[in-house]
Amino acid sequence: MKRSNLTLWLAASLVYIFLYIPLIIVVVYSFNDSRLNAEWVGFTLDWYYKLFQNEEMLLAARNSLIIAVSASLLATTLGTMAGLAIHRFRLKFLPVLAFTPVAMPEILLGVSLLLFFLQVLNLTLGMFSIIIAHATFCIGFVAIIVRARLQGMDESIFEAARDLGATPWQTFRLITLPLILPAVVAGALMSFTLSIDDFVITFFTKGVGEPILPIQIYTMIKIAVTPEVNAISTLLMLLTLVLIILANRLDAGMLQGDKKS
Amino acid sequence: MNKLRLTRWLVSLPPTLFLLLFFAAPSLLMIVTSFRYPGEFGGLAPLSALETMTGEGDSGLYGLTLETYHFFFSDILYAEIFLKSFAVATLTTLICLIMAYPVAMLIAKSEKKYRNLMILLVVLPFASNFLIRIYAWMIILGPESAFSHFVNNILQMLGFEPVMLLFSPFAVIVGMVYVHLPFMILPLYTNLEKHDPVLLDAAQDLGANRWQRFWLITWPQSLPGVFSGAALVFIPVLGMFAVPDILGGTGDILIGNLIKDQFLGTRDWPFGSTLSIMLMLTVLCVAGLSMLLARPRTSR
Repeated sequence: MKRSNLTLWLAASLVYIFLYIPLIIVVVYSFNDSRLNAEWVGFTLDWYYKLFQNEEMLLAARNSLIIAVSASLLATTLGTMAGLAIHRFRLKFLPVLAFTPVAMPEILLGVSLLLFFLQVLNLTLGMFSIIIAHATFCIGFVAIIVRARLQGMDESIFEAARDLGATPWQTFRLITLPLILPAVVAGALMSFTLSIDDFVITFFTKGVGEPILPIQIYTMIKIAVTPEVNAISTLLMLLTLVLIILANRLDAGMLQGDKKS
Repeated sequence: MNKLRLTRWLVSLPPTLFLLLFFAAPSLLMIVTSFRYPGEFGGLAPLSALETMTGEGDSGLYGLTLETYHFFFSDILYAEIFLKSFAVATLTTLICLIMAYPVAMLIAKSEKKYRNLMILLVVLPFASNFLIRIYAWMIILGPESAFSHFVNNILQMLGFEPVMLLFSPFAVIVGMVYVHLPFMILPLYTNLEKHDPVLLDAAQDLGANRWQRFWLITWPQSLPGVFSGAALVFIPVLGMFAVPDILGGTGDILIGNLIKDQFLGTRDWPFGSTLSIMLMLTVLCVAGLSMLLARPRTSR
């Protein structure tokens, strides 16, 4: 028994190391005073300094933030509605619409939206098309989180509110929304992370004008790798880390709420 | 009652309309596009003008054609790329399974208070930017990296030629595994966590050794988790273009790269749509199969 646990520990630790080594290397090299990602030369903050002087990169970061905030607001509103509707009304069609984009390969959504924007809407691709595209696949994620929260709740509180004469809007505002709020916020944070990280769908629905963060990173990786990539990567990791911890806090709160009911 | 119906419409209509417009309609459009002719300068040939342009009888009904499908099935190259993508997806799924199993098992066996942290540690790297996770392997497998030197030194000692790790099928597999590993760990853990340890104790009392206990009790019980994890890895790998694009060489083209080239390279939209539909059909088959296999068996 003891020996089997040791083997298990060893194997699992190796996998954890495999998960973290690449990221640690990127962070370490972002402080390395060498143009080559080969050996450690000395500590420097040069790459961060260069990054903050790179106008195009800053513009890309700004654009990506605008896209992520807009897409997650849109996806959270519609996704919460979808989650509520799916849970409450036992719909058949909406779940298929909401959950399929989550499950299928991203490239298919990207390609079909590219065709749709150019052929039917005759749109110039840009920030707007990216926001729509990101919202389309984020709705499903928000709906899943909201629905999971609703499934864990006692239906009788809604009935009680109705029996006491609350209108549907009052029930929603005073009972449902406060109860599902952690799930809504968690969904919004998740949408934000998905949007700011998304490469594939952005790649197909981007225009030629505005620089977008993942596309800038892709170009840097493909054409000329400089340690600036390491610096922007480290900063992005930091941002995601903060968001994940935030979402996890809310999630833990959610679980405790479930235990009480 | 009327009020309830009104609420129902108010809540479900906005998301339904949005998704009909931006998910269902584009998907249908893609199907239609796959039956059209490519334009002279990329994109699509206009529907109405086509009849007069070609002046031939076989231009099909309303400018629609099966040509792209014919093209797809007539050239063995496309079948080969689909097969290669299948092979890469299968290999990635198997490696993910082998790596995920001990982690999922360890988390499931750990005390409850540590489990959330251990799961968070699995999810964290996966939450960092997708491109960055791929890029990290460019550093590790690069020709000047310590790892490359190490591998090539060993190869030299054994009398082999030195190899280039980056831009190779090996790099593609490593990248695919790295990007998709958590998709295997999480469903596997969800399954393993529900196992009743009493069964293992009983088997031990009856004289089963460690190996027998695993293969006769844990493994068959975990199959639903294995299959749902396999689907979650297999499906996105099948459509992935970024990993082969960044870590692979010029020969390591998969379905995703082929589709990408049709839309952003040669701009042959009908053929790109046909390839996408073929990918979608493949994905549907895989998803259906895994749902069938992952269904908990009720008959005993």
